[in-house]
Amino acid sequence: MDEPPAGEPPHRSPLVIALLASVFAVATCGLVYELLASTIASYLLGDSVTQFSTVIGTYLFAMGMGSYASRWVTKDELALFVRVELLIALLGGCSAAALFIAFPFVESFRILLYALVFAIGAFVGLEIPLLMRILRGRYSFSDTVSNVLTFDYVGALAASLLFPLVLVPMIGLVRTGFLFGLMNVGVAMLLLWVLPDRRAMRGDKIASVLIAALLLAGMIYSEKLQRWSENAGYGENVIYAVSTPYQRLAITRGGGDLRLYLNGNLQFSSRDEYRYHEALVHPAMGRVANPRHILILGGGDGLAAREILRHPGVRDVTLVDLDPEMTRIFGRSEMLTRLNHGSLNDPRVHVINADAFGWVRAARRQYDVIIVDFPDPTDFAIGKLYTDSFYRALAHLVAPGGMVSVQSTSPLVAPGAFWTVATTMEAAGFTTRSYHAYVPSFGEWGYTLAALGPIPQHARIIAGNRFVTAAEEPNLFDFPPDMARRPVAVNRLDNQILVRLFAREWSVYEN
Amino acid sequence: MKISRRAALGAGALGAGALGLGAIGWSWGGAPAISSELGGADFARGHRLRDGGFPEPSVTERRDIVIAGGGIAGLAAGWQLAEAGVSDFALLELEDDVGGNARGGRNAISAYPLGAHYLPVQNRESRAIIHLLEKLGMVTGRDEAGRPIYDPLQLCADLDERVLWQGKWHEGLVPSTGLADGDVADLTAFNAAMTRFQAAVGADGRPAFALPIAYSSTDDAYRALDRVDFASWLRQQGWSSPILWGHIRYACRDDYGCEPEHVSAWAGIHYFAGRRGWAADGAGDGLLTWPEGNARLARMMAARFADNIARGRIVWRVARDGTGVVVDSFDVARGVSVRTRARAVILATPHFLSVRIAGDLVPQATGFSYAPWIIANVSLTRPPAGPGSRLAWDNVAFVGESLGYVVANHQTRALGPLASVVTWYMPLSRMEPAAARRLLLERDGAAWRDMVVADLLRSNPDLTGAITHVALWRWGHAMIRPTPGFIHAIAPAARAAVHAPLFLAHSDLSGLSLFEEAHYRGTEAAEAAMRHIGHEFESML
Repeated sequence: MDEPPAGEPPHRSPLVIALLASVFAVATCGLVYELLASTIASYLLGDSVTQFSTVIGTYLFAMGMGSYASRWVTKDELALFVRVELLIALLGGCSAAALFIAFPFVESFRILLYALVFAIGAFVGLEIPLLMRILRGRYSFSDTVSNVLTFDYVGALAASLLFPLVLVPMIGLVRTGFLFGLMNVGVAMLLLWVLPDRRAMRGDKIASVLIAALLLAGMIYSEKLQRWSENAGYGENVIYAVSTPYQRLAITRGGGDLRLYLNGNLQFSSRDEYRYHEALVHPAMGRVANPRHILILGGGDGLAAREILRHPGVRDVTLVDLDPEMTRIFGRSEMLTRLNHGSLNDPRVHVINADAFGWVRAARRQYDVIIVDFPDPTDFAIGKLYTDSFYRALAHLVAPGGMVSVQSTSPLVAPGAFWTVATTMEAAGFTTRSYHAYVPSFGEWGYTLAALGPIPQHARIIAGNRFVTAAEEPNLFDFPPDMARRPVAVNRLDNQILVRLFAREWSVYEN
Repeated sequence: MKISRRAALGAGALGAGALGLGAIGWSWGGAPAISSELGGADFARGHRLRDGGFPEPSVTERRDIVIAGGGIAGLAAGWQLAEAGVSDFALLELEDDVGGNARGGRNAISAYPLGAHYLPVQNRESRAIIHLLEKLGMVTGRDEAGRPIYDPLQLCADLDERVLWQGKWHEGLVPSTGLADGDVADLTAFNAAMTRFQAAVGADGRPAFALPIAYSSTDDAYRALDRVDFASWLRQQGWSSPILWGHIRYACRDDYGCEPEHVSAWAGIHYFAGRRGWAADGAGDGLLTWPEGNARLARMMAARFADNIARGRIVWRVARDGTGVVVDSFDVARGVSVRTRARAVILATPHFLSVRIAGDLVPQATGFSYAPWIIANVSLTRPPAGPGSRLAWDNVAFVGESLGYVVANHQTRALGPLASVVTWYMPLSRMEPAAARRLLLERDGAAWRDMVVADLLRSNPDLTGAITHVALWRWGHAMIRPTPGFIHAIAPAARAAVHAPLFLAHSDLSGLSLFEEAHYRGTEAAEAAMRHIGHEFESML
């Protein structure tokens, strides 16, 4: 294409209009992909400042590389532009889905993330100079630059407004990706079909139709894709997620509700966790004359510790949780310390990161109250924390007159599993009294109170509770027939009947 | 063997973008090298024994009793002497560590077994071992019925075993889904027959199949089964189900290192009918296991009489000396031979070594053959997984040449994808033992490593990229082969051919390479030796 003579009016051919529309589309799509990658990275890896700055930095750098590479394009700019557009459609359109789905499987998620961002950025960076060169035959140099950059920046504004206001809340991240991929394909198809020489690009037309079909399918099945991906399964309001050596930890927020998931299982919802934790802590605390030395096993979220610290006589709280990441974020994050009242940073609280099974067997001190707040027995490694061997070791740590409280899963959904806890503790020499509370986000939930002697009938419940009050507490011990005690076997290390029973009862419930 | 990481998803997304990303993709998808090491019984010392040329003794010492060999039989003998108050005895071991097949190793992740790795809950007749377990604190008491209470922390934690069958893991070792009617019929008939044998009692009031086998009935109705091979016997019963045969082949290779064609029907049936675990709390079907396997038992037994044990001592000649014996041994550390005059000697060595050392006193016997094994302790960055049942202690692929793997850190495993060591086992049962031993010596470590890795990835593709190290161990003479006629004809004849003041103690004199047999033979020899020297004791047998 030759430089047009000065002063000649620009061509208003359909091709030119299509090209200018494509500048707008490319700019919008490019920025949307960049925002998608940043947002997903902050959801999955946490620390949004770092994620946004590194993703944007990578993206801009890649654009520069792409622009630089454009100097080696010497012919067929238009054909190459269409092909690059198709590649961007494919990569960018699938990027959100790919990142969500790949996260649980790949070891180096960051490499995948930055590689994807780099590839998209480089292709987008290659497109703008190409477009300028294609248009330079139709406009003067200054008009070309002005037109291209105007559409480019206006496109960016459109993307940055649409993304938070419309796309994320109404369409969702995964579907947004597919939608903008389709927009890229649309631009490519538009160009393909208005191109002067049609025969030359038959292969590209077929590719464009295939890519469009793929993206459309992705768009339609994005719900299924999301269910397929563990992370997206929480809904798209994951605000923090991390894979520690021990578990997948995710914190979500929706409205005013903050939720913690471990390996996809809900641990608490900030709306009603007070019900769960008041019921876990105060019946045991209220049955010990002067609870001074407290042990919490599990409970790395610091919420049981928060309830314990409301008792003014408490001198020290030892909290043993397996996962350092868990106690770290619940001690540091402002949003989470607001919830647990900074309990993990209280000078009376001593946090130990260890496997409770080994720790309890090695421990020598005794405690007035022991709160056992482990995840449900979904795995043999957790199941051993519910065995007679574990409770026998635990019995050595109970001070005279001391009390133990154990979270014991749902007596309504899994009555067999629930009563196995009491039966097993009794086999280990404890007397038990079981009780339950209604926690809306969990349903009907059960606890086992245990002591080495008789368990007092009445508890002194501290003032200020929202759920477990002195008047209401006795009612927690009533079990209607559908949750009534039934004969079950003792859970031992070599039979682990609890894990099997739990899985069976919950699977019936969930089907 | 090149191991590519699971980068498929990333690679798919990157495939289109070829902008200089190749380099990143390579370093990402590239295979981390899997290191390996090749170990085994000390061939140099063993072969030196064969080739001779030791210096004549320059030092002389005197003992009441000498035990040659520190495997389980020798350790059981030493334990029994120590318990009975014999203090003037020495146990001489060729290797640097006692335990024999029950030795263990250790790396940064976990201790692991080099051979024997578990002990079943004992039968009621296994008095000596129950007593030993009480002394070691592994049996903590007795219930009202007198049944031993096993320490739950030493019993294998659930899940104990799973089998890979038709692409999915299932609990147990025998497939129970996707079976043909013929399979179900044969399995049912076989199990019923084994249950009858398990309960069978001979005219002499003894169990048909006891463990230790010395307590078994002498009725010829049962002993006749030792004269026919197991495969023929199974065919006579009309059982042809490939599932049943697959399971039986696994069992024979697991306990005897042999194919069903090579073991006697008595031995084959014993695997299924010989165990009647006697324990409180329904633990009868359980087993004891530890990260280092039976090395735990070996070390605890050795600790009882540590001062009596000398390691790195090659016993190369045992001869009569008046009413006593002289034992000449080469001290590897000092480079000299030591002559020990003793009133009695217990040869706790495999029979072929006993013949070589004490040729005049131990007549050559025919019919002794030993199964070679290769095992590998494989370091992993994360535990194995797979579809279906969760990871168990013992994990077996129903179709395959290896016997699968046990998880060394099963007993101590905590939550999460933490590093693990799995111990992988394979008897070279399809080859003639001598040819297989040559192969063990000739093939290099890399070749064995590649075979182990390939086998492991066949059953557990999830371990792709997770294997970091393969520690191989070769056992040339791992197990006595209970061939037809061995247990009830050849072995008793070999035992009867040796007389005081020499006593033999080895599981090959029973015909089954089991802890129970080694322990029984060791205890029996110690008691016979004490009778010979006139030392009072209370029999454990």
